[in-house]
Amino acid sequence: MDRLSVNLLGIELDNPVIPASGTFGYGREFAELYDINCLGTFSFKGTTLRPRLGNPLPRIAEAPAGMLNAVGLQNPGVDRVISEELPRLKTVFRKPVMANVSGFSVEEYAETCARLDACDQVGWLEVNISCPNVHDGGMSFGTDPAMAARVTKAVKAVTTKPVIMKLSPNVTDIAAIAAACQEAGADGISLINTLMGLRISLKSRRPVLANVTGGLSGPAVFPVALRMVYQVAKAVKIPVVGMGGVSSAEDVVEMMLAGATAVEVGAANLADPFACMKIIGDLPAVMDRYGIDNLRDIIGGAL
Amino acid sequence: MKQVIYTILENEPLTADVCRMVLAGDNSAITAPGQFVNLKLDGLFLRRPISVCDLEGDRLTLIYKVVGRGTAQMRDMTPGQTLDALTGLGNGYDLSLAGNRPLLLGGGVGAPPLYWLAKKLIARGAAVAVRLGFNAAGDVFYEDEFRALGAEVRVATADGSHGEKGFVTDILPDACTHYFACGPEPMLKAVYRAVPSDGQLSFEARMGCGFGACMGCTCETITGYKRICRDGPVLRKGEILWTD
Ligand SMILES: Cc1cc2nc3c(=O)[nH]c(=O)nc-3n(C[C@H](O)[C@H](O)[C@H](O)COP(=O)(O)OP(=O)(O)OC[C@H]3O[C@@H](n4cnc5c(N)ncnc54)[C@H](O)[C@@H]3O)c2cc1C
Ligand SMILES: Cc1cc2nc3c(=O)[nH]c(=O)nc-3n(C[C@H](O)[C@H](O)[C@H](O)COP(=O)(O)O)c2cc1C
Ligand code: FES
Repeated sequence: MDRLSVNLLGIELDNPVIPASGTFGYGREFAELYDINCLGTFSFKGTTLRPRLGNPLPRIAEAPAGMLNAVGLQNPGVDRVISEELPRLKTVFRKPVMANVSGFSVEEYAETCARLDACDQVGWLEVNISCPNVHDGGMSFGTDPAMAARVTKAVKAVTTKPVIMKLSPNVTDIAAIAAACQEAGADGISLINTLMGLRISLKSRRPVLANVTGGLSGPAVFPVALRMVYQVAKAVKIPVVGMGGVSSAEDVVEMMLAGATAVEVGAANLADPFACMKIIGDLPAVMDRYGIDNLRDIIGGAL
Repeated sequence: MKQVIYTILENEPLTADVCRMVLAGDNSAITAPGQFVNLKLDGLFLRRPISVCDLEGDRLTLIYKVVGRGTAQMRDMTPGQTLDALTGLGNGYDLSLAGNRPLLLGGGVGAPPLYWLAKKLIARGAAVAVRLGFNAAGDVFYEDEFRALGAEVRVATADGSHGEKGFVTDILPDACTHYFACGPEPMLKAVYRAVPSDGQLSFEARMGCGFGACMGCTCETITGYKRICRDGPVLRKGEILWTD
């Protein structure tokens, strides 16, 4: 077994590095730049039952050490993802992929997950109950333990693959939401999605984003994300996938010490398309520096 | 697309707030005028997109207007310093549609990408007309450079302090085979309405990645959703859907 490998819910990952949903599309653009088979896996763009154009422009604003996005879940809909994106992905990526799903009703979550569950290429379902951008749903599922549990139950009832519930950080008690998902049958938890933020243009005196608010991510959120991963890892027994502001091999190790079995990398891919490849390349030297033989041994080491 | 570390050869002001930067590095990923590079700057998370103005061997020219922190940092850079760029981004203009009398329309810092375009079209034997619009005499740049290429050039300024008073749409030639436009959106819209022939228009959008991964720049067109950074920035006249 390789010293970087970890086991995520029954599937062996060559390393714990996973590009986060929404920052890696369906893999195509990055596959032109490097062999994406070096990744542990990746989480594809948040997919919904029906196609979505997303929010009006501008959708992107800069922030200190990060960015705001209000993409609004633009995606071609689950059927085209299955008929077009997954076959295309197969030609450049031979590992199981993480299917990221969003929805606007419990039934919609279940239906989208059921369709993706039937795809051989899909290794895990990552259910985003946290997207802060969409007025008509997203937010409420992730901010209420009872609603989070309802989505979890509905998805578990129609799927066979490991279900990872992806949590919103825009809550007062993240451990309570995680516990409710575990109770409802979730196989794993991933966090954090973006933190709701705002930028105002001094020139126009109006919000920069057409959607007014957007989700903050990037290095700015790292300590907040780390704290939440730590709290959730303490509160649940199921595996936790940590993310939020990760941009270096050191950050990956820190996330794992806080309890993460695997680590997703989001905004860093946008600023540097080679970020994940570099992080994976840097891991062995960082492990040597801190006396780590095998990454799997340090999971939750700081708890 | 390619990541290239360029070395700055020159960085000089052209007007009070517009500068020209000449870089040396690997230009192999840049294939068409209208493409852009995305620049990493110190302490800023998002890269800054700037159009290719000219390209000769390993020399790359950019012209940029200082409008905020990123472009202010560029202005303060000096020859010998390096700059991390993602290159060869965007579709660029399709030169095959130009015909023998193409018209190039630029507004403000929309003019730079038309320079390499004009050079290429003239090299192909086209009679190129260039119309540039600026706010005032002090903002005008590259009028002589376009003329030196052999283009027929006319300039309009909004206050009439140089060239004709008015906008590019006030100084249009009688006819053209095809047009290429780049500038602020109100100018593009005016051109779209004023020029009857087919054309290609280059758009701007706030970008997350600049290479098609984040869906931060998508707009709706007659031919479907397009990412300005990858399926654009150049859109064909017939596919544009104005939002208001
Ligand atoms: C495809 C493309 C080509 C461009 N080519 C040129 C060029 O050749 N010369 C030139 O002077 N300018 C060009 N621009 C505009 C240039 O990208 C912005 O002026 C620049 O990003 C401003 O950065 P700043 O940090 O100085 O300003 P700030 O206002 O501090 O920037 C804040 C954020 O907003 C973004 N932003 C601000 N204005 C724009 C804009 N007009 N378009 C897109 N993003 C913006 C910045 O990238 C940054 O993420 C181009 C834009 C695009 C999309
Ligand atoms: C442009 C952009 C789009 C995103 N889209 C999604 C999405 O579709 N589904 C989802 O679950 N998370 C989405 N996210 C959130 C990321 O997956 C991640 O949870 C968050 O950005 C924190 O990680 P980071 O700081 O490394 O970016 C998006 C983030 C960004 C920046
Ligand atoms: S800026 Fe990311 S897709 Fe265009």
